[in-house]
Amino acid sequence: MNKWEDNRAWFLVIPVFIIVAFSAILPLMTVVNYSVQDIFGPGDRMFVGVEWFKEVLGDSRLHEALLKQFLFSGLVLLIEIPLGIGIALLMPKKGWGSSLSLVLMALPLLIPWNVIGTIWIVFTRPDIGLLGSFINGMGIPFDHTASPIQAWITLILMEVWHWTPLVVLLAYAGLRAIPEAYFQAAKIDGASAWAVFKYIQLPKMRGVLTIAILLRFMDSFLIYAEPFVLTGGGPGNSTTFLSIYLVKIAVGQFDLGPAAAFSLIYFLIVLLLSWLFYQVLQNAGKGGA
Amino acid sequence: MGLSLKNMQKKVDGEEHLIDINLDFESGSRNVILGRTLSGKTSLLRLMAGLDKPTKGQLMLDGKDITGMSVRKRSVAMVYQQFINYPSFTVYDNIASPLKVSKMDKKEIERRVQEAAQMLHLESMLNRLPSELSGGQQQRTAIARAIVRDADLLLLDEPLVNLDYKLREELQIELQEIFKKRKSIVVYTTTEPAEALMLGGNIVVMDQGKVIQTGSTPEVYHHPATTKVAEVFSDPPINYISCHVKGDQVLLGGGVNFPLNYHLKSLTDDHYKLGVRSNHFYLKKRGENDVRLAVKVELAEINGSETFIHADFSGERIVIQEVGIYSKKIGSEIEVYVNPSRFFVYSDTGKLVIAPS
Repeated sequence: MNKWEDNRAWFLVIPVFIIVAFSAILPLMTVVNYSVQDIFGPGDRMFVGVEWFKEVLGDSRLHEALLKQFLFSGLVLLIEIPLGIGIALLMPKKGWGSSLSLVLMALPLLIPWNVIGTIWIVFTRPDIGLLGSFINGMGIPFDHTASPIQAWITLILMEVWHWTPLVVLLAYAGLRAIPEAYFQAAKIDGASAWAVFKYIQLPKMRGVLTIAILLRFMDSFLIYAEPFVLTGGGPGNSTTFLSIYLVKIAVGQFDLGPAAAFSLIYFLIVLLLSWLFYQVLQNAGKGGA
Repeated sequence: MGLSLKNMQKKVDGEEHLIDINLDFESGSRNVILGRTLSGKTSLLRLMAGLDKPTKGQLMLDGKDITGMSVRKRSVAMVYQQFINYPSFTVYDNIASPLKVSKMDKKEIERRVQEAAQMLHLESMLNRLPSELSGGQQQRTAIARAIVRDADLLLLDEPLVNLDYKLREELQIELQEIFKKRKSIVVYTTTEPAEALMLGGNIVVMDQGKVIQTGSTPEVYHHPATTKVAEVFSDPPINYISCHVKGDQVLLGGGVNFPLNYHLKSLTDDHYKLGVRSNHFYLKKRGENDVRLAVKVELAEINGSETFIHADFSGERIVIQEVGIYSKKIGSEIEVYVNPSRFFVYSDTGKLVIAPS
């Protein structure tokens, strides 16, 4: 191979570099840039070092938002993963029932996120909403715009409705990939349904479940559109999650410095937690698919 | 005493997978089910294991009808084509798993697992997970798990098909030894004639959901009752050459003729099909009475130490298997020799008339 051919490879790679640079690296560097400067106006800025990081890390509202974020993601994972596996186990294995249930499962995933929020606003309205008026009709006062607890319940319900199907689809694919002979062998051994689940299905699903847990954790930890539409972070601050708070600082108050520092910390938290999850899941129940 | 299948039939969605199966397996016997893919071997094993219910017919164990008995209550062990082990159990726990379910004494489990592991040379791997084993070791674990419980019925569904050639030969020899020591009825399915011959015992030849011949394995090999059995029980499939017997002469295509001799002497004037196994064709004349056939080469493949020549003999396709490596040009005319003492003679309807003695 001559030199020219060696260099020609660069022409194929460079477009990717440029796209990645503009879409990821440059914005990230801009954020890093903002996070260490105080910006008064165009061309009027001052280097402040780690000032903003100190301020953000000491912000009690951020602590509160972070705590809420953990609670939210934790609840979402605790509900969606077992529920998703359960539904996948109950779904028909073949025939038209299997196709039908797959299509039904995929439906919530096809709806734009802000539309989901709108659907749930209407769905849970105490006066005309199907769910809201039904609950009120039973004599239980329900209004998620007034009660923080009810706002949380509504949000989690919405999140579970929206994203459990993803877990179902992944788990279903994992289950279908297990050769039939495993179940026959277990039957011959006299293993119970629980043993089959614990010793065959669960270990064999480890790969897809790792992906499901990572995706669900990251998505729920970064959630913005749905609570923004449904509750706007309220009532009070009760559903002000990290990204909502971040947008309030950056766009609402135009505090670009602290917002940039906040973004970087946020990014590192997600990165660190995802890595932790991945490590734990890699070592849990080794020997799966 | 043993296992009997009476008029067993299996239909799935109106399609007949098994047709009127009547078989007897004696306790302690080794049995091979030989048949091509989709001949119904696996369906039959599943019925015997109790994993499927027959559409018709009965399964009798020592004279008792066990057709409706659930798998859990039966004493069955099975090994599959795929290497089936519990992914999160160590080799030891995998082998012990059927014993643990039956709530056996811990010391007895330990003893039996060690014994089975020793038989299959797994002693040094007892603490590993299946994913840390090679394919051969995984299948050894699965076989150990099957033999450890001393079930009445040990079923093996093409257990060596996914292993490489070397490992397969190794395990074939070991399995023979292991089967000899068992009191169980061993049923082993395969598509390969060579494997069937190696395992010996009794054979059941299947084709399209039907049992087409049973008997002792060497006996069936030397006397395939129909052309179909001969095809299934020869690899490459047996070759047929049409002939016509007239007086004391056998007339073949292409003007070839030879006198009736050996076991062929009793043939009366008629049309017949001569069956020749590929390894009985030679490229050189070896004896006085050899018949010379002029054939046209269509394909020559070399498999390590053997050459397979696909050729045309006056409109009939034959395969010559010769030890050694020969390169033959496609389209060239060559001479092939076969001794008449090797001919299986079949009637036009495909029934065996005479086999070589």
